[in-house]
Amino acid sequence: MTKIIQPKKQKNIFSRPSSEEGIWSWITTVDHKRIGIMYGYAAFFFLLVGGLEALLLRIQLSQPDNNFLSAAEYNAMFTMHGTTMIFLAIMPISAAFFNYLLPLQIGARDVAFPRLNALSFWIFIAGGLFLYSTFLFGTAGAPEGGYLDEEVSRLASAPNGGWFGYQPNAGLKYSPGTAMDYWAIGLQILGIASLVSAFNFITTILNMRTKGMRLMRMPVFTWMTFAVSFLLAFSLPIIAIALFFVTFDRQFGTTFFLTEGGGDPVLWQHLFWLFGHPEVYILILPAFGIVSEVLPTFSRKPLFGYPAIVFAGFGIAFIGFGVWAHHMFASAISPVAQAGFGLSTMIIAVPTGVKIFNWLGTIWGGKLTLNTPMLFALGFIGMFVIGGLSGVTHSVVPADTQQTDTYYIVAHFHYVLFGGALFGIFSGLYYWFPKVWGRMYNEALGKIHFWLMIIGFNLTFGPMHWLGLQGQVRRTWVYAEETNLGFWNLIVTIGAFILAVAILVFMANWMYSRRKGEKAPFDPWDARTLEWITPSPTPVWNFSKAPEVKSLDDFWYQKYGEDEDGRAVRKDTADDLLIQLEEEGFNPDEEIHLPSPSYFPLILAFGLPFLGYAVIYKSIPLALIGVILLLIGGFGWGTEPLEEEFESAEEDLVNTEEDSVNEEESPTNE
Amino acid sequence: MLCSFLFITACIENAPLDSLSPAGPYARTIDELFWLTFWIAVVIFFIVQGALLFSVFYFKDSPEKPEPKQIHGNSVLEIIWTVIPVIILASIAVPTVRTIFDLAREPENALKIEVIGHQWWFEYKYPDYGITTANVLVIPEDTPIRLEMWSNDVLHNYWVPKLNGKRYLVPGQKTYLNLHADNAEEFWAQCGEYCGLSHSKMRGRVLSLSQSDFDAWVINEQKNAANDLDQESLAYEGQQVYLNAGCTQCHVIGGVWDVQGERIAPNLTHFAIRNVFAGAALKNNAENLTEWLANPAKIKPGTFMPNLELTEREIEALIEYLGTLK
Repeated sequence: MTKIIQPKKQKNIFSRPSSEEGIWSWITTVDHKRIGIMYGYAAFFFLLVGGLEALLLRIQLSQPDNNFLSAAEYNAMFTMHGTTMIFLAIMPISAAFFNYLLPLQIGARDVAFPRLNALSFWIFIAGGLFLYSTFLFGTAGAPEGGYLDEEVSRLASAPNGGWFGYQPNAGLKYSPGTAMDYWAIGLQILGIASLVSAFNFITTILNMRTKGMRLMRMPVFTWMTFAVSFLLAFSLPIIAIALFFVTFDRQFGTTFFLTEGGGDPVLWQHLFWLFGHPEVYILILPAFGIVSEVLPTFSRKPLFGYPAIVFAGFGIAFIGFGVWAHHMFASAISPVAQAGFGLSTMIIAVPTGVKIFNWLGTIWGGKLTLNTPMLFALGFIGMFVIGGLSGVTHSVVPADTQQTDTYYIVAHFHYVLFGGALFGIFSGLYYWFPKVWGRMYNEALGKIHFWLMIIGFNLTFGPMHWLGLQGQVRRTWVYAEETNLGFWNLIVTIGAFILAVAILVFMANWMYSRRKGEKAPFDPWDARTLEWITPSPTPVWNFSKAPEVKSLDDFWYQKYGEDEDGRAVRKDTADDLLIQLEEEGFNPDEEIHLPSPSYFPLILAFGLPFLGYAVIYKSIPLALIGVILLLIGGFGWGTEPLEEEFESAEEDLVNTEEDSVNEEESPTNE
Repeated sequence: MLCSFLFITACIENAPLDSLSPAGPYARTIDELFWLTFWIAVVIFFIVQGALLFSVFYFKDSPEKPEPKQIHGNSVLEIIWTVIPVIILASIAVPTVRTIFDLAREPENALKIEVIGHQWWFEYKYPDYGITTANVLVIPEDTPIRLEMWSNDVLHNYWVPKLNGKRYLVPGQKTYLNLHADNAEEFWAQCGEYCGLSHSKMRGRVLSLSQSDFDAWVINEQKNAANDLDQESLAYEGQQVYLNAGCTQCHVIGGVWDVQGERIAPNLTHFAIRNVFAGAALKNNAENLTEWLANPAKIKPGTFMPNLELTEREIEALIEYLGTLK
């Protein structure tokens, strides 16, 4: 075990948190693994809430002219469903994977800025709670001069301008009350969380790689984390500005997007989608990374065309900034812009296709283990291809003018973000389950989950293709019986409930297996990447000594050689290696200094919602509370050293000098 | 695989908003382009899903299988599956770009009609004929129509699926859309862009008439409403309700009240010949009108039409009067 060294006492606003177990140890933790787990649980909670909202929508739409929800409730539900799933579920679940895995995959003890990492998690929580507090405090109503037949219920007191918040409908005149302010400021806060973690991950990847971990030896999941971090860093400032404009329009009477003051509602569309399209890749690239880990492992073959997959990922990220107006083909843009953005949208299909073909190349000729993570990864390819192909039909601008704003689009992006991103995420959750908990999930339940999900998913979103093309418009509370859309809408609703059952199976499996599952062997999947050379669950110090990497998939090549046919042959030393790694992993033979827990990220983060409330309610006391929390957090943080000073301060374990970024290799120079 | 078969067979019969049943040259051009793309996509779909399913069954693990060959990649293959998609996309790109510009061009000798979006109904003006109407767009068959569109409040999106794709109505600027119907027929329209509480009930009808019927319609529309009702009749009583209950604050009935000009609500001069009302959300009949006049916000949440607390008798009279507005 590690030697326990008593830290020197230091003075600060609060004394350093000291508990190692229990709730406070989690709240004050700066350990990337614990933060990752908390991200995962919080995001999953919001996924359930967003799913519940979707079920309410589906009940309402199960038959024509239904009255299960009022129009105000329906509009609030679809706005919150989209906002929740994107900002509070899929993005933070990806962040959970980044946090837990990224340092492990590059052989580091933690991220570059552990307290910033805690800060971004707590800002995410603060932003999520702030946004959802609209159900308690928010108000909404009819546009200025309009009438409502009934009082606005609490369910309808949520943002109702759509997750895209098109102006001027989401402006004060047409969306009075405070709900849309909760939306704008809530997203602003959540954006800070993502920006903070983006810079943290970029720095970590550039500076914290272990010896020999050149950029082109990094696992693809790490590469995709890198790409996503750049996407976040470049796209979030755009939405931040746009949201500031909206908040100013609503709160202080500016007219950035209001025609009566010389503003332009189409400008909002441009700004929103200039962020919104890269956002799509922010949601999907982590899943690309996950399946790029899962497929080779369970095919027992290296990833086919590793450099192609990496560069295709960055190609997608880069071109992703040049396609935003394909969300606006029917809007006020000229034919020249339509043609240009149509072509750029077609071009982005090429690197996406490259990825799919390379994944197929990976499984081709392999020896496939069809367990739950692999099934989800294969399901991911199948479903994502459908979403990709329907995406190509959108790039055909004239056809898109028929498809846009219909359920055809809803089908398309759910095939990409549910069949794609979420299937990839489930694949990853099962794949790394033994890593995180040291136990195995239940394979039978896992497979039931997969099959329920793929059936429920296709029943839910498949029929939406023709529902859309045959006239069902998005964001509609009711549809007329004469549209003859009732039958397939009922099928869709049934599918949605099958999905709900699938999620329940997943939860049962998770909760049972985490405590009572079989004990996971060391290296349960015969894996390839560095996270598997540590025991499971990963000890708090990650690596007992910094690993040294000699090639891509280094762990695999320590276990396997190739015979003259190029077939993998397990080395005689492999079994001993695993025993040795496990032994070492639990018993580091050196002193390990880890960043110490801190209260200050939490305090700083919870200053932000108070500032948000202060803007909405124009309240000086609330602003003061917010500022004081920020000051305590910032000042305390600034004066608190990252680690306690120890009697014998030694060099940090992570080696960074020899391996600083190779400029030529870095695709960030694009 | 099932999906694409389903896609062909699952199509809904008689869907009035069906974009796959074009009824004019613009919609037909789009339809052809869609099916071209669709069939290319179907071929790619089968190739990729076929390869995926083949791999799953053929390369499935079994105890007697040897370890696989460790293949890291293949540059030739990479180039092939980069170049082939580029060629396929280029073959779609050419007709796409051509069609974009074809659809945007103003047709020669087109009838110009203005479309103004309101929360939650479409207003139509015929500048050549001096006609203002609502909810039902009347056009002559087999004639190109040029719509000049803008919005009075938020973004709307005009969509007549059988005649053309969608186009936004934007406050503060004009957008354009061409329509052309082959035959005399009634089409459905719907607002595509989310525009607030009653977005789903912002619907419309496009009525395409033979040239002679259209000419007759124009002549009728240009007339004012009759103002010589029998003072004993229920209709006359209804007219008094119309004049006194506050309806004239927002509505216009040509020839019935002195002050003319812009109003925020639909022009009712020829209300009775329109087969729908309330943003085309309701069929124009006594039952629906009763329900509507009793409490408009119940049918269209957020509507700007107040509940005027009319008595049953007043409503009955008003409906009688509205029925005379032919």
